[in-house]
Amino acid sequence: MVPRADFTSYYGKPVIKPPSWQARDIAGYFFLGGLAGAGSVLAAGAQLTGRRAFATAMKLSSLGAVSLSAAALVHDLGKPERFVNMLRVVKPTSPMSVGSWLLAVYGPAAGAAAASAVTGRLPRAGAAATLAAAVLGPAVATYTGVLAADTAVPAWHDAYRELPYLFAASATAAASGMALAVSPLHDNGPARAAALLGGSLDLAIGGVMERRLGLVGQAYRDGKAGRLMRAAQALTAAGMGVAGLMGGRSRLAAAVGGAALLCGSACTRFGVFYAGVASAEDPRYTVVPQRERLEAAERRQKPA
Amino acid sequence: MTDIHRQLSGPQHDPAGDAGHDGHPPRVGFFTDTSVCIGCKACEVACKEWNAIPEDGMSLTGMSYDNSEGLGASTWRHVAFIEQDAPAAKSPEPEGRTELRWLMSSDVCKHCTHAACLDVCPTGSLFRTEFGTVVVQEDICNGCGYCVPACPYGVIEQRKDDGRVFKCTMCYDRLGAGQEPACAKACPTESIQFGPLDELRERAALRVDELHRAGVEDARLYGHDPEDGVGGDGAFFLLLDEPEVYGLPPDPVVTTRDLPAMWKHAGLAALSLVAGSVLSFAAAAFTSRRSAG
Repeated sequence: MVPRADFTSYYGKPVIKPPSWQARDIAGYFFLGGLAGAGSVLAAGAQLTGRRAFATAMKLSSLGAVSLSAAALVHDLGKPERFVNMLRVVKPTSPMSVGSWLLAVYGPAAGAAAASAVTGRLPRAGAAATLAAAVLGPAVATYTGVLAADTAVPAWHDAYRELPYLFAASATAAASGMALAVSPLHDNGPARAAALLGGSLDLAIGGVMERRLGLVGQAYRDGKAGRLMRAAQALTAAGMGVAGLMGGRSRLAAAVGGAALLCGSACTRFGVFYAGVASAEDPRYTVVPQRERLEAAERRQKPA
Repeated sequence: MTDIHRQLSGPQHDPAGDAGHDGHPPRVGFFTDTSVCIGCKACEVACKEWNAIPEDGMSLTGMSYDNSEGLGASTWRHVAFIEQDAPAAKSPEPEGRTELRWLMSSDVCKHCTHAACLDVCPTGSLFRTEFGTVVVQEDICNGCGYCVPACPYGVIEQRKDDGRVFKCTMCYDRLGAGQEPACAKACPTESIQFGPLDELRERAALRVDELHRAGVEDARLYGHDPEDGVGGDGAFFLLLDEPEVYGLPPDPVVTTRDLPAMWKHAGLAALSLVAGSVLSFAAAAFTSRRSAG
């Protein structure tokens, strides 16, 4: 369908308010939360299959990522000293409340898993913490898709069916990239497989999302968001190629491929973030789809 | 529809009762009849004075007489001015002549029946009052900013120097003292009418019929319908053109209507992340056994 070219607005002003969030804090949080959450799953898998160095490296990566992401969240608050108010209520209608509670449980679990792995103390408690982090990690990685979608921002809300899956795939690509970069060469078979799986799903879901969005998909192609989404595709494809073909034989290839996958995932999250901001700033993305929806409803009521 | 879905969208005749206020007063609201607005901005001034709202910029925008640009953290009433070339209506005019049509409309927070800002607020700072209105508790807001992009009307906003969000309270303090909000009190033409929402809806239906009979075919109500995407607005309008002409969304929907589906997708995505990892370890075991054997 050809999008309607004409629409009316009030002096070209946006209808909704764009998010006031800083890209570095919030898109950075989407990326780091994914890296931490999916990393915890890989760490548990490595532990269960006897890959100790791999497991320890991923536990440290997840602890680092979740610590940085918590810092980013607190930094982005208008009143950082009031962060504790996030834990004042439990509210399933607020993805940010759900996420705060998730992080409040996941963070200590990831920390305990890493501490036990590094010190060698309390191995049973460490194993339990590893398992707890692996159970909560996938939720930490995917709920951020709901966090973005549960807004009036057209490029986010209209993509609510795809964003959690895109974030899951992107998180898998990032965590496998980290695993390739930091784990021993002879042990990185699962990381290469996860890189190929996560990377290819990331590319496929991103494509489906952009096409299904119709007019609003343009926000993912234009400007800064478009450049970031194209960079993400190129980096993810390159990372998959390098790590998949040579990541099992060459230390350098594993590191380079892993770094490309990490950068690709980060670009995806920043691309999604900027697409949302752009779609909120241009009244076209709010007015035209709503107008079309009204007209379609009128046509259904009065069949020709 | 399940109970969850009913709580998140659709008609809801008692939002205050639903929020736990027993024996509460009737739901109140604004009916803003823009057909009698004269653009005097008394509402903007009265709002700022009563609520002690800081200055919101002193620039000249070139947008007709509108220099406050839109609702925001420090603009809780905003008068829009729209200049249109309209075909000369009644009086016989020479061929092709047009005359200026000047639309004015005082915008305000809609105090939605299903308020996205309130739903997504993680601290409980935004709450439903006993009057059915939506108010921010400034001593609880931690400035997370989530309500800002959640509002389908672009009403609520963070104050840059403060970090917290601010919006119209429908003069909660005045309501508690049995007074009407400052903007309605100050409006010289009764363009802004305050009262129990049920009465306002009846009055608005009569007014739009009266205008249609008088030949003002463009008159239409906006935000009055409990069946709409936000369950009807506590502050609704009589407009003389399409909503988007005034900067209003033509068909706003509370984002949390789709939240159950969003959580379902997030859950499935989390499970598929685990499945993908299991698959990756299995694939590695399979290929290493094959290369070893």
